[in-house]
Amino acid sequence: MNKILEIKNATFSYDGNKNIWQDINIDVSDGDNICILGANGCGKTTLFNCITRNANLTSGTILLNGKNINEYTITELARKIGIVYQDHTVTFPYKSLEVVKMGRTPYLKVFETPGKNDEDIAYGIMKDLGIENLADTSYSKISGGQRQLVLIARTLCQSPEIILFDEPTSHLDFKNQAIVMKTIRQLAEKGITTIMTSHYPSHAYKTSNRVILMGNKKIIADGSPKDVMTEKFLQETYGVKIKINKTDEEQCFIDIDFRDI
Amino acid sequence: MAGIRVHKKESKVKWIIIIVAPFIAFFVSLFLGRYTVKVEEIFRILSNYFFNIGFEKTWTDSAAKVIIEVRFPRAVMAALIGAGLSISGAAYQGMFHNPLVSPFILGVSAGASFGAALGIILGVPYVYIQILSFAFGIVAVLITFFLSHIYKSTPVLMLVLAGTVVSAFFQALLSIVKFTADGDEKLPAITFWLMGSLGSVSLQDLTLSIIPIVISIIGLIVIRWRINVLSLGDREAKSLGIHTERIKAVIIIFSTVITATAVSVCGIIGWVGQVIPHFCRMLVGPDHKKLLPATVFVGATYIIIVDNLCRTLAATEIPIGILTAIIGAPIFAYLLRKTKGGWN
Repeated sequence: MNKILEIKNATFSYDGNKNIWQDINIDVSDGDNICILGANGCGKTTLFNCITRNANLTSGTILLNGKNINEYTITELARKIGIVYQDHTVTFPYKSLEVVKMGRTPYLKVFETPGKNDEDIAYGIMKDLGIENLADTSYSKISGGQRQLVLIARTLCQSPEIILFDEPTSHLDFKNQAIVMKTIRQLAEKGITTIMTSHYPSHAYKTSNRVILMGNKKIIADGSPKDVMTEKFLQETYGVKIKINKTDEEQCFIDIDFRDI
Repeated sequence: MAGIRVHKKESKVKWIIIIVAPFIAFFVSLFLGRYTVKVEEIFRILSNYFFNIGFEKTWTDSAAKVIIEVRFPRAVMAALIGAGLSISGAAYQGMFHNPLVSPFILGVSAGASFGAALGIILGVPYVYIQILSFAFGIVAVLITFFLSHIYKSTPVLMLVLAGTVVSAFFQALLSIVKFTADGDEKLPAITFWLMGSLGSVSLQDLTLSIIPIVISIIGLIVIRWRINVLSLGDREAKSLGIHTERIKAVIIIFSTVITATAVSVCGIIGWVGQVIPHFCRMLVGPDHKKLLPATVFVGATYIIIVDNLCRTLAATEIPIGILTAIIGAPIFAYLLRKTKGGWN
């Protein structure tokens, strides 16, 4: 398998004193579908910020297709890495299709606006995701789950090699979680490399073939869900007693036990 | 991958009205005024002056003078300023992802007011008052920009805060100037200047300001798609391949050139840069691809009409800054109530 993203000896610190995480190494191969789990504040989102160059590593390097990400232009990077953010505030109620079209921006010249071709691409992607009926609906008037799908469609418009999902199911109810998870899994099945962060450990089984547990400024475990999702590792990650009750490969009940706290 | 999509027919009539309106308003304003000139004569006077067509002269010299030297430059300037303030308001609102922002938010009006007041008490010729005003408008925005620039980035919140600080500072300087100004002559001149007027616009003013304003308007229009993406916030815009810092600087430069020029020629004309973009969002939606061109036409129409009211409503001319606020504030309040802050 081709390594497309390599995070090497990476350390990050906001103030230069306290490291958020230090000396971590992650190799992402083509077709990996990774779920990163970790407690609040362990630096999952910070790691994404470093990969998308919204933050700079304190030390270490991130290579994309063997080349340092800092050697790419912002526009080149946007054609390779797409990211779906969790907290999205809507100031202007653009139509959903307009939002999706914004994903074509890395392919437009500075003075260009998207044309018919870009609109066809955007609409085609919305159709693939089954949300073409939302095209003319204002983005502020759709549900949180649909909004995530619109953002996923926008990211697909960038035709990236890797898609990052920053807590794609937070703030969503069960039905919307299910819709978003199913979409992410469909992308994974198509062979798109995905990395997502989550606060729901059980989601790791449903979308991912690889789980990374982050905590204590390092990577606690990295491997297949079967090997990594153990009570011992999860307890170390979250610092709380955890019970796992697995019914089959995908269905798994993970619960916290706070009677001893 | 390509999807077939049935396009909803966008109302072409709406756009035709938006585009034609300023031209109608423009010709009406050439006709309006105490000195009556016949409609066909207006066209002949303009044709003779600009294209040397050589219609037979059936009008008096003063009719030609009123049209060429007074009404024509005034109407064009009104259109330029309405278009410019509106488009820079819309661009700032996208950049700050806040629909309530005015084009004066970075301190340009406070700086320009101080510059003009300084020029007035120094008693320099009129053109130097304009130059001082323009220069201090630019200086105020530069100070704002560098105050807010931290670690290779200019967060929009910092820009707003720095703009507030710089505005307050130049307001204080303006107060000092007013305080020391001679109460019989200079102080009224300053006060009158601050209220804004298109009354003294000359052909020379027009030729000096038309190029920077038009270039800046075109500049903002060609990058309008980037403003759309920028309105999602810096982080998302960057992940979509936008050089957020560069594009913000470009927007600030174009908008500042427009507003500083406008203020230096006509004083403070408030409430245009907020009201017109808001109104246009109701007409054409929030997409800056359509919004920015729409603000140019609607803004031009609006200021031409308001300026016509200024010179025809009362026996003496009403300062335009007063009318734009008196008309603009209630319209804005109405739009806010009606759209509940959204534009769906």
